[in-house]
Amino acid sequence: MIDLQYYLILSAVMFVIGALGVVTRRNAIIVFMSIELMLNSVNLTFVSFAAFLGDSTGQAFVFFVMTVAAAEAAVGLAIIIALFRRKRTVNLDEINILKW
Amino acid sequence: MTLEEIIFYIFALGGVVSAILVVTRRNPIIAAIYLIVNFFCLAAVYLTLHAQFIAIIQILVYAGAIMVLFVFVIMLLNLGDERSLRDGFSWKKVVAGGLGFGVLMELIYIFIMPGGAKTIEMARATEVGTVKAIAQVLFTQLLFPFEVTSLLLTAAIVGAIVLAKKNLN
Repeated sequence: MIDLQYYLILSAVMFVIGALGVVTRRNAIIVFMSIELMLNSVNLTFVSFAAFLGDSTGQAFVFFVMTVAAAEAAVGLAIIIALFRRKRTVNLDEINILKW
Repeated sequence: MTLEEIIFYIFALGGVVSAILVVTRRNPIIAAIYLIVNFFCLAAVYLTLHAQFIAIIQILVYAGAIMVLFVFVIMLLNLGDERSLRDGFSWKKVVAGGLGFGVLMELIYIFIMPGGAKTIEMARATEVGTVKAIAQVLFTQLLFPFEVTSLLLTAAIVGAIVLAKKNLN
């Protein structure tokens, strides 16, 4: 039998890897994929707590997180396409039109 | 070591390795493929937690729908041969790595400290992850959030079309 903390540690490791991807990479698509990685690690925490506490609510929440992730992917990739059309790049260092 | 533990360790290792490869690969297509590997490993880990429905949804929605969108956009923008994005060594990365390591150690300490998550025993109920059990919660207790989800998806569809359109007139 695997203890709960192994699942939580796996989730924490994947979350930190995703967070590092978000702060260190400059390619907008890879930053986006790192965000998906972080969402997935949170899903793992939800599912493991749901399984260990014997409550299905956590798994229903994973359902909502996946819906939000799908919506986020659709809108985010549309933003990336719009940016690429305007700037001809996905380098986040060059996309600074909101910078003051 | 039971079979369950062996499966967990193999797929946990696969998940961590593929996650590292996602954030380190230069070519976005290769990163996307490792992300799909990561989703499959995670689905196997969900199966060890008796979450059959979530495991299937993970593969269908994430590895199927969302990753198709990613790969489609990468191919549409033709980013495979972008050389200008070469990220080299920088002190920013060292600082980020140090901070990430610190956060990770804190989280692991919280999980293994006495009186923490260790004390929770696995519930013996294997029917937690069935479609019936999830639908029971989803359509009674969480019915309103479920309906709001449809609004969110409509907004996302409209937003995606408006944003990706060439000229708004």
